Amino acid sequence: MNLYNYAFLDENTKREIRRALLKAVAIPGYQVPFGSRELPIARGWGTGGLQITLSLIGPTDILKVIDQGSDESVNACNLRDLIQQTTGVETTVDTCEATLVQTRHRIPEEKMIDGQLLVLQVPYPETLRWVEPSEQETRRMHGEKDYSKLCVFLYEDIVKWGEITLSHRYPVRVNGRYIMDPSPIPRYDVPKLHQAETMFLFGAGREKRIYAIPPYTDVIPLQFKDHSFHVEDFQGAACASCGSTETYLDEVFDRESGERRYYCSDTSFCAKRKRKEDGMQVHLGGRWNG
Amino acid sequence: MAYAAVKGGQEAIAEAEKLLHYYRVKGGSLPLSVQQIRDQMRLAVDKVMGEGSLYDPNLAALALKQTEGDTLEASFMIRAFRSTLERNHYSLPVNTGHMRVMRRISAAFKEVPGGQYLGPTRDYTKRLLDFTLEEESKEQIREFVARHLFETMERMNQEKKGKEENLLPDFPKVIDLLRREGLLEEPTQVQECSQDASGNLDDITRHSLQFPVSRAMRLQSLARGETGAMMALAYSSNRGYGNIHPTLGELRVGYVPVCIPHPYYPGETLTLGEVLVTEAEILARMEERKEKRRAKFTLGYGFCFGHNELKAIAMGTLDRAMVAENSQAPVEDEEFVLSHIDGIEASGFVAHWKLPHYVDFQAELNRVRSIQEREGKNEPL
Repeated sequence: MNLYNYAFLDENTKREIRRALLKAVAIPGYQVPFGSRELPIARGWGTGGLQITLSLIGPTDILKVIDQGSDESVNACNLRDLIQQTTGVETTVDTCEATLVQTRHRIPEEKMIDGQLLVLQVPYPETLRWVEPSEQETRRMHGEKDYSKLCVFLYEDIVKWGEITLSHRYPVRVNGRYIMDPSPIPRYDVPKLHQAETMFLFGAGREKRIYAIPPYTDVIPLQFKDHSFHVEDFQGAACASCGSTETYLDEVFDRESGERRYYCSDTSFCAKRKRKEDGMQVHLGGRWNG
Repeated sequence: MAYAAVKGGQEAIAEAEKLLHYYRVKGGSLPLSVQQIRDQMRLAVDKVMGEGSLYDPNLAALALKQTEGDTLEASFMIRAFRSTLERNHYSLPVNTGHMRVMRRISAAFKEVPGGQYLGPTRDYTKRLLDFTLEEESKEQIREFVARHLFETMERMNQEKKGKEENLLPDFPKVIDLLRREGLLEEPTQVQECSQDASGNLDDITRHSLQFPVSRAMRLQSLARGETGAMMALAYSSNRGYGNIHPTLGELRVGYVPVCIPHPYYPGETLTLGEVLVTEAEILARMEERKEKRRAKFTLGYGFCFGHNELKAIAMGTLDRAMVAENSQAPVEDEEFVLSHIDGIEASGFVAHWKLPHYVDFQAELNRVRSIQEREGKNEPL
């Protein structure tokens, strides 16, 4: 690995990505095209988030990488390994300790604060892709703030199914202007984006787009007056490990008995909470939105 | 608690990598040398260089060895390696008219200036398995090569008799014959504009595609596209979705020099070496213009690293299909074509569904259950 540059990418590429990030922060929710590079990780496996992380990470950063909420997921391990090997930075599983968190499809349960960065991996940066396949056309629609097709799409969903059926990738309006795909986080995580202390950076490597939500930005999920947005409901189910009823849960089937159980998807939070229940000294982060 | 979440983490990855190594070598045969792959898997190497978009036969051969012959995976490795290299120079345009040709054919004319040269092609061979290759020996190879070279030299000497000039003929471009007669539609300035505002060449490795794209970006994307994907799309147009009947004006395979402006002496150039390339020029009648114009042919251009005729022809066909002003078929839509032909992007994304999607699927379950509950599970629809 020593033959490679610090953080893999060459310095000019990192500068180019940081410039795109600056633009993204300046225009919240706007997708900035960038010359996405191929990485030794496959396209669609986190290369957008990875390019952001690699162009921002400094030697004193403390890194956390999660996939679907888990630090131990194989792809998270693989990405963490690559970043760690090419930078030598310290890594952690504790959300509160990390200065930079890269994630796929989840926002950690513990509130992230000022000074922490959350980098989200994005498969489909274009929220209008639900209604329009052409990139040329969706860029026009954003430019003209022409979101009627998407609103009709949501309306028809209600007519057909009685509710908006989008489960993840729920469209949000950022800073009163751009409608944005928050990446495939569940609805449960969407309210965390609103008026947050932390900075959210979104990277889509294959689609070559970067966008951002700066701290203290309004992020409102699309909804109708008579059909307001609501998050997933686990109907009182509790985590079988830590007992939490206030976290996003994964439903799993016991490999022997086939019995259904629920576990926190955020494994680090779950472990911390369990240690706390067991009477150990643990610092749990705050709750988002309150 | 019996359940252990499906995550093996670090250890599982390390073990999987070991197994991969094991499966490559477990047969116990002699290790393949990179040189053997480079020399004897010539066409696979060329494909990897083209799709990986880095001209380095040794690295391509190494990648093929490491990936057990998976050209997509090998191209991916090459592409990833490539992005660690800085972009220092842009080479000067190549005149393929001066190509050191090893194969050159035209399907448009029986005789063309310079002549037709079949070169190394499998086109007119019978696709019968050659069982003698199972026992091919070093001695046989050596003997064949020596005899072949000797016979070639003999023939060349005979042909040379009484002639003073260089034996290597010049190969004028076939399409220039048509161009001279005014039968070829010339691309407009706008289509050919390939520079950004600051005068730099449009470069897909530095800027993402934004549609409509310049022709330079279109050709760059096609040149590193995946052969199979391009073949399928070109085939769809040949078959009827797009109604293109292409004529292969010319196909040539050979070596061209790579030159850059001299970094110190303005006005002078520096030759870095030469690359093997395949070039295809596709002709088809222009029928897709909105306004009525004089009947002409339009050119589709295919060009790629290495010896890969199928890709060059597919590229020329697609480049030609995309000039349609009023697209009717998928391949006439440049956004559709260019967004889906990159092997590295397509393979990565199609394979990414192997990643866990527990969280997303949980959210999906939540929605479907919610709808069922509202509608009443056992009510008829």
